[in-house]
Amino acid sequence: MTQPILLRGGRVVDPSRKIDAQQDVLLAAGLIEACGRGLAAPDGARVLDCAGMIVSPGFIDVHCHLREPGREDVETVATGARAAAAGGFTAVCAMPNTDPVTDNQAAVGFIIRQAQRAKAARVHPIGAISLGQRGEALAEFGEMIGAGAVAVSDDGRPVASAQLMRTALEYARTFNIPVIDHCEEPTLSHGGAMNEGIVSARLGLKGIPSEAEEIMVIRDILLARRTKGHVHLAHMSTVGSVELIRWGKERGINVTAEVCPHHLTLTEDRVGAYDTNAKMNPPLRTAADVAALRDAVADGTIDLIATDHAPHHYDEKEQEFANAPNGIVGLETALAVVHTKLVAGGVLDYPRLVERMSCAPARVFHLPGGTLERGAVADVTVFDPRAEWTVDPAAFLSKGRNTPYAGEKLHGRAIFTIVDGEIVYTMPNTTR
Amino acid sequence: MSGALGKDLLGLEPLSAEQIKLILDTAEPFKEISERAIKKVPTLRGSTIVNLFFENSTRTRISFEFAEKRLSADPVNVSATGSSVSKGETLVDTARNLEAMRIDMVVIRHGSSGAAQFLAERIKSNVINAGDGMHEHPTQGLLDLLTLRDHFGGLAGKRVCICGDVLHSRVARSNIWGLRKVGAEVAVCGPRSLLPSAIEELGVTVFDHIEDAIEWADALNVLRLQIERMTGGYIPSLREYNRVFGVTRDRLARAPRDVLILHPGPMNRGVEIDSDVADGDHSVILDQVTNGIAIRMAVLYLLAGGNPTLAESAKAAAR
Ligand SMILES: [Zn+2]
Ligand SMILES: [Zn+2]
Repeated sequence: MTQPILLRGGRVVDPSRKIDAQQDVLLAAGLIEACGRGLAAPDGARVLDCAGMIVSPGFIDVHCHLREPGREDVETVATGARAAAAGGFTAVCAMPNTDPVTDNQAAVGFIIRQAQRAKAARVHPIGAISLGQRGEALAEFGEMIGAGAVAVSDDGRPVASAQLMRTALEYARTFNIPVIDHCEEPTLSHGGAMNEGIVSARLGLKGIPSEAEEIMVIRDILLARRTKGHVHLAHMSTVGSVELIRWGKERGINVTAEVCPHHLTLTEDRVGAYDTNAKMNPPLRTAADVAALRDAVADGTIDLIATDHAPHHYDEKEQEFANAPNGIVGLETALAVVHTKLVAGGVLDYPRLVERMSCAPARVFHLPGGTLERGAVADVTVFDPRAEWTVDPAAFLSKGRNTPYAGEKLHGRAIFTIVDGEIVYTMPNTTR
Repeated sequence: MSGALGKDLLGLEPLSAEQIKLILDTAEPFKEISERAIKKVPTLRGSTIVNLFFENSTRTRISFEFAEKRLSADPVNVSATGSSVSKGETLVDTARNLEAMRIDMVVIRHGSSGAAQFLAERIKSNVINAGDGMHEHPTQGLLDLLTLRDHFGGLAGKRVCICGDVLHSRVARSNIWGLRKVGAEVAVCGPRSLLPSAIEELGVTVFDHIEDAIEWADALNVLRLQIERMTGGYIPSLREYNRVFGVTRDRLARAPRDVLILHPGPMNRGVEIDSDVADGDHSVILDQVTNGIAIRMAVLYLLAGGNPTLAESAKAAAR
C-alpha cells in the first residue's frame, strides 16, 4: 500500500476542472483522493509543503525517442523515463523507430516491461504504422494496442504513400487511436539539412522548404476528412501548416497537432556557424513561423506541446552539419523553456500551459492522467515557477547531451514528479 | 598566430572591405615573383602547410602548392578521398591528428559546407578554406576580384553577373560577398532551378534571360555546369542549357559594350561557354589562373602573421 501524500498549499492549476486556486491535493492508493482547502492529513501521510508551487496534473509528452532497443548507448527506456520524470513528465509516448522497429506486440510488450522496471515516468509505446516502417504493409495495430500501444506512427520516416496513410486512418478507426504523421514530402526535402531560405542560401546548405511539410499536412487533413479517421500531426513548424490545420478544424475534420518547444522559441538563425545542436527535422524556421506557432498554441489550433526528445551520441553530432543526425533532447528542458519563453513572454497563462502539456495530451491520446479529478490516477507535477537554473547538459539524466539551450538561464523547474501516487523524482537539494 | 585577417580564412562573408582590399593589395607585388627566373622568396621558410583535399581539385591544389613553394614553405599534400570511414569520423580524427603534429597551416577542400569552420574551431593552426561544399571558396572569389580590378582599374560600381549553377556553387557565394563588399553591383543569371530560392535576399539582381544579363553587365563570371546536375533533374539537357543560357559569341555581339569573361574552370566548352568566347579577346580566364597564385601567396603571407605593415616588406621581398 502506498503512503498517502498531502500536497499542501500549492496553486492548483487543473484546466480539466477549470480550477486555478490555492488548494490542497490528497493522493491515496495511487489515486486522487481529494482536492480542496484545508484538507486534513490522514494517518501516516507524507505532507509536502507546496507554498509558492504550481500543482498540476502530470505533464505528458506524446512524442519522444527512447532508442531502446537498438541504441542503448544513446538512451534506454529507463534513462528516458528518468529524464522525463526529472523534466516534470509523468508519462511519455515512445516513438517506434527503434532497431528493430516497434511494429509488433512483442516489441510493444518489451518496452512496457522495461518501463515498469524503471519506476519513473510511465512509458506508452507507439507502434509503427507499417511493418519495419518501410511504408508498404500495415503493422498489426490491434495486436500492438492489445499489448499496450496507444497510437501508431512511422515517425522518423514520413508516410510517403497517400494510399497507405488512407488505409491506416481507416483501419485505426476500429481501435479509436490517432495515426501520427511526420509530415514531410520526401522528394522535396531530399538531402535538406535546414530550413530553405536566406540562411541556407548563405551557408550553402540544401534547404527543406516549408511546402515539404505543408503538402503532407493538407494531404493528411483531406484523408482524415475522407476516412473520418483521427490524424495527429507531429512537430508542426510552419505558418502554412497552422493555416491548414485551422482550415481543417473549422470544417470539423478529426485533426489534432503538436508543436515542440524549440519550434516555439528558436529560428533558423540559431544554426549560426553550422551548430549541429540546431539541426532537427523539421528544421528551425523563421521568426514569422515562430510567431504563427505561438498564436496557434495560444488559441488551441495546435492542441499540445510535445518534445520530440531525440538523443544522439555526442560524436554523431560532432561532424559536418549536413552529415550530422537530426534532433535534440528535450525532456529535461521543455517545461522550463515553455515557462520561461511563453508564460513569462505572455503567450500562455498557467492554465493554458497545463492544458497544452497535460490535459490535451491525455485527451487526444486517450491516456490516463491529465486531471486531478477524484478517482483519477495520482499523476501530479509540482513545479517551482521561480526556480532559476542554467541548462547544463552534463547534469541531464538522459544519456543525450545534444541541446541548443546549453548555458541558457531558465526559470521553472519540477520539484516533485508523482506517478501512481509515488514520488518518482525529487529535485536535488529539495528539503521538504 | 593571427594577423590582419584573424586566424583563418573561411570565407569572404566574414571579411570587411578593408581586409579584402588588403589581400588584393598584398597580392600585387607577389605577382611579380612569378615572373622571375628564380620564383622564390624566403618569407615562410620553415613553416609546414598541409594541403588537405577531401575532394579532387587538381587546379586549386596546384595553385596553393605553387604559392606555398614560392614563399619557401614546406607543403604536405594529403588527399583523403575514398576513405572507408565515414566523413565525420575522418574530419574529427584528422583535426586531432593535425593538432598533434603542430603544423602551421591547413588548406582544406571538403565536400561539406562548414567543414573548414569545423576544422578551424578545433585546431590552433591557421585554416584556409579551399572550398567547402556549396558554401564558399574565398581564394577563388579573391582572384576573381583581383582579375576584375586589374582590368577595370577599380571595382566600385562595376556590374558583374554570375551565370549558371549558383545553387551549388561556392564560387558564386564568395563572389557575391566579395563583390558587394567592395561596392560592385552583382547579378545572377540561370535557370531558377539552379538558383537558391532566397537569392534576392543576398542583395543581388536576378536575370531570367542571359540576353538581359549580357545587356546589363560589365563582366560575366560563367560558372561550370556540373554534368551530374542534369541527371539530378535540375535541367532537361546540356544541349538545351547551351541554347537557353549558353554564353555565345552571337549573344555577346549584341551587347552594348565589351563584356569581360571570367570562368573558374574547368570549362565545359559548348555547354555554359562557347570556345570562341573562352578563347576570345575579352576572356581573362588565364589571368585568373595567374592571379590565383598571387592571391594565395598573399593570404598565406597575411595569415602567417604578418601584420598589414609587413605588406611593405613583402613588396621589398618581391623586389
Ligand atoms: Zn518526426
Ligand atoms: Zn520524432
